Amino acid sequence: MSSLIIPPGFILIIGGLLLPWLSERLRPAAAIVFPLLTLIMVWLVTPAHSLNIGFLDYELSLLHYTAEGRIFATVFSLAAGIGALFAFKHASTLELSAAFVYAGSAIGVTFSGDFLSLFIFWEIMAIGSTFVIWANSRTNPLAVGASMRYLLVHLLGGVILMIGITAHVANTGNTEIVAMKADNLATWLILIGFLVNAGAPPLSSWIADAYPEASPSGMVFLSAFTTKTAVFALIMCFPGETVLIYIGLYMVFYGIIYALLENDMRRILAYSIVNQVGFMLVAIGIGSELALNGAAAHAFAHIIYKGLLLMSAGSVLLMTGKRKCTDLGGLFQSMPSTAINGIIGALAISAVPLTSGFVTKSLETSAASDAGMPVVWFLLIAASAGVFLHAGIKFPWFVFFQKDSGLRPPDPPWNMRLAMWIMSSFCIIIGIAPTLIYGILPYALDYEPYTADHVITQMQLLLFAGFAFFVLLVLMKRTLTISLDFDWLYRKLIPSLLTQLQSVYAAVMLPVMQFIKDFGQRRLDYLFEVHGPQGIFARTWPSASMVLWVAVLLAASMILYYLKP
Amino acid sequence: MSQEKQKHWLYREENRQKLWLIQIGFLVLAIIPEFFIHHHAYFTDQGIKVDARAGFYAWYGFASCAIMVIAAKLLAVVLKRNDDYYDE
Repeated sequence: MSSLIIPPGFILIIGGLLLPWLSERLRPAAAIVFPLLTLIMVWLVTPAHSLNIGFLDYELSLLHYTAEGRIFATVFSLAAGIGALFAFKHASTLELSAAFVYAGSAIGVTFSGDFLSLFIFWEIMAIGSTFVIWANSRTNPLAVGASMRYLLVHLLGGVILMIGITAHVANTGNTEIVAMKADNLATWLILIGFLVNAGAPPLSSWIADAYPEASPSGMVFLSAFTTKTAVFALIMCFPGETVLIYIGLYMVFYGIIYALLENDMRRILAYSIVNQVGFMLVAIGIGSELALNGAAAHAFAHIIYKGLLLMSAGSVLLMTGKRKCTDLGGLFQSMPSTAINGIIGALAISAVPLTSGFVTKSLETSAASDAGMPVVWFLLIAASAGVFLHAGIKFPWFVFFQKDSGLRPPDPPWNMRLAMWIMSSFCIIIGIAPTLIYGILPYALDYEPYTADHVITQMQLLLFAGFAFFVLLVLMKRTLTISLDFDWLYRKLIPSLLTQLQSVYAAVMLPVMQFIKDFGQRRLDYLFEVHGPQGIFARTWPSASMVLWVAVLLAASMILYYLKP
Repeated sequence: MSQEKQKHWLYREENRQKLWLIQIGFLVLAIIPEFFIHHHAYFTDQGIKVDARAGFYAWYGFASCAIMVIAAKLLAVVLKRNDDYYDE
């Protein structure tokens, strides 16, 4: 039996590469079957299984069971499968294929036992996800540039990670993935490499820059894997690393503020990813068993409700062709299914009781209070209210209600509606029966989310946050604007410096270059004169003169011979 | 009037006040339990008791959101650009 166990990620990677060669009729079925097989395989792996392959002087450990890995791999396969159900009618084969390779390598990371295998899968993820964005370039020309910027950020992160891993292996002689402290250059670089993928500052802007340019289904895939794989890696390698608390808190509020300013509906949700990952990083930074459980559980719940929100937004984009809040509104009248599912996702991300957000995010805030960190706790509570503000109300309000835009598109096709309903039921089932998820967490958990105190205080917090939204609605009137971010540096400042440099170049460098060129040309002309076809060394000589000169040489050597004393 | 009738009831001018009243009704409903239960103070060791005071979560939720909205509005002065800013 154990010989049948292969690394689960391989099923999706190979499946993704097979998809383009399958017939049109077979492809949708395969798109559902591969993730399902992967999910089954994830649950067949036990600590007894292993698959080690020699690589240079090291061993790659491709099948390494951890409880953390299993919970992430489970939700990754779910996201791939339900995402494929959502995608298969409209997504290009390239997108679906790339998404599977991307998801498979994310699962590969969760089963990696050493840093080298982790790094290999890490890079395949970068390539797969770039193709997911790039696959949309036929309908959205902006996707080309966005995908290239995305790739550059991730290659940079990959290089930093690689340097860190190399230095770490040189320091310790050990490639095994272990919990570390960022106390030397090697571990700092590994930490930074992970943080780039998590959307940490200063590069947080890559998420809102790249993801919203993908297709409606593309962004559903993208939201699930990259940032959450980074969360997984941080849980494994840097639990209790205090700096993560500060980085996480920054991300939490960065996400809220930028989402409040944003007009593009899917970019609101992209900023919200940074916000949610921020919560997880704070929990990893706290590092207690409760906190790490919280980070893993929150990541699980988040992948599902963020996928749901993006499916809802993606359906709106697909049916209306519009993505800006200023163009949308009133869609609940003709897209009831999409609206209801969007609202369920919004309630779940806001951690309303009876949803998955309530039973998972509260683990993280409780961890902050248990650890005796009042500042962190007060900020997280404020941020929880802020989540309701920017994602919980803002998204559904501006897309489905607000003013009546006059648009009356129908709900999307059945497969998209079904995918949304499945995601919604996950959000609610986990909310009602939290033991489902508490049971698979890495550490034993004794926590009761449904106390009267907790439910009441959470409802008060959210209802008054919502009240603040409507009271201050006039301050949040949507405008046709974007907000500057760190990417301004490489999208505006550096390109404009380069243009500047070009004009300086024309004035100063061109004459110098011309002089050098002229000098070279003169040398070349001389060489040509001597060695060229008509040059003295290349001219054709009659063979008679050759024979004459040979005779002269022979005669000379004979004379010399007789002259020899 | 007939045009007003065709609009969904959520969008009719006459219902605007009702919607506000419903919302305030919910807020009152959420506050009522404050008279009956005592909240758990999480940071007694640090001498912080404000989180156990009646109505803490209500005013804190409202105030933190108001601050975030205003902060966003202030940052917008510096950060906002037309949305074709990068397209040229």
